[in-house]
Amino acid sequence: MEYIRAFITGGIICVIAQILMDKTKLMPARVLVIYVVAGTLLTGLGLYDYVVDFGGAGATVPLIGFGYALGNGVMEEVAESGFLGILTGGMKATAGGITAAILFGYLAAIIFDPKAEI
Amino acid sequence: MAYHDNETLKKEYGKLVKQKSPKVTLLKNCLWAFFVGGGICTIGQLLNNGYKALDFSKQEATTLTSVTLIFLGALLTGLDIYDSLGKRAGAGSIVPISGFANSIVAPAIEYKKEGYVFGVGAKIFNIAGPVIIYGMLASIIVGIGYYFFGQ
Repeated sequence: MEYIRAFITGGIICVIAQILMDKTKLMPARVLVIYVVAGTLLTGLGLYDYVVDFGGAGATVPLIGFGYALGNGVMEEVAESGFLGILTGGMKATAGGITAAILFGYLAAIIFDPKAEI
Repeated sequence: MAYHDNETLKKEYGKLVKQKSPKVTLLKNCLWAFFVGGGICTIGQLLNNGYKALDFSKQEATTLTSVTLIFLGALLTGLDIYDSLGKRAGAGSIVPISGFANSIVAPAIEYKKEGYVFGVGAKIFNIAGPVIIYGMLASIIVGIGYYFFGQ
């Protein structure tokens, strides 16, 4: 059941992005920016927690969940270390993902070559 | 005159394209996005439960799940599988965190020939950069709001 909820939640989040891309001619990068910002703000308002409670990884794996990590991270950090947390919380919570992406991205660039030499 | 003809031709063509394509392709695109996106999230749930079973905390399991999906996204991008999938799956492969990895790896590989500093180093955040910038700015807003009103 947990898996079905993750499947449906993740699927719906992707369909909304697909409709945005097809209907409004938004470039994928814009949709991603909108998703991260929306996820962060919805988390700040305490609304995205409901989606995560229901959908599990279906809510955290899409990029809107990256916003969820940012929003949660900054709030936790503010609660712990006060004002300075505003500056450190977001980056701290997402450090693992971003650093991993840089590492794997760099390694991939070293290992693999572009497909067409034009 | 020729220019004018060209304009009308373009308009007619645009109308035709609009008439013929949208509905069917939108439905098809949405179905692809739903199943691929849902599928990737289900894999994420599997990984998450796996890491939890290995005694990682909830937070650690979430981070490890992201890292694993980022690794898989990077590997499949390097092997040129992820972009083939993306042609069909659209948002279904772009929106999950593995698509975030794809947006980092694809330009890194593509701009390799421009060198490791101005090619790979500069272009690696071509798409991910804006995402991180605006995400961080949003987190600052949330942080300020929480500091003054939330606690």
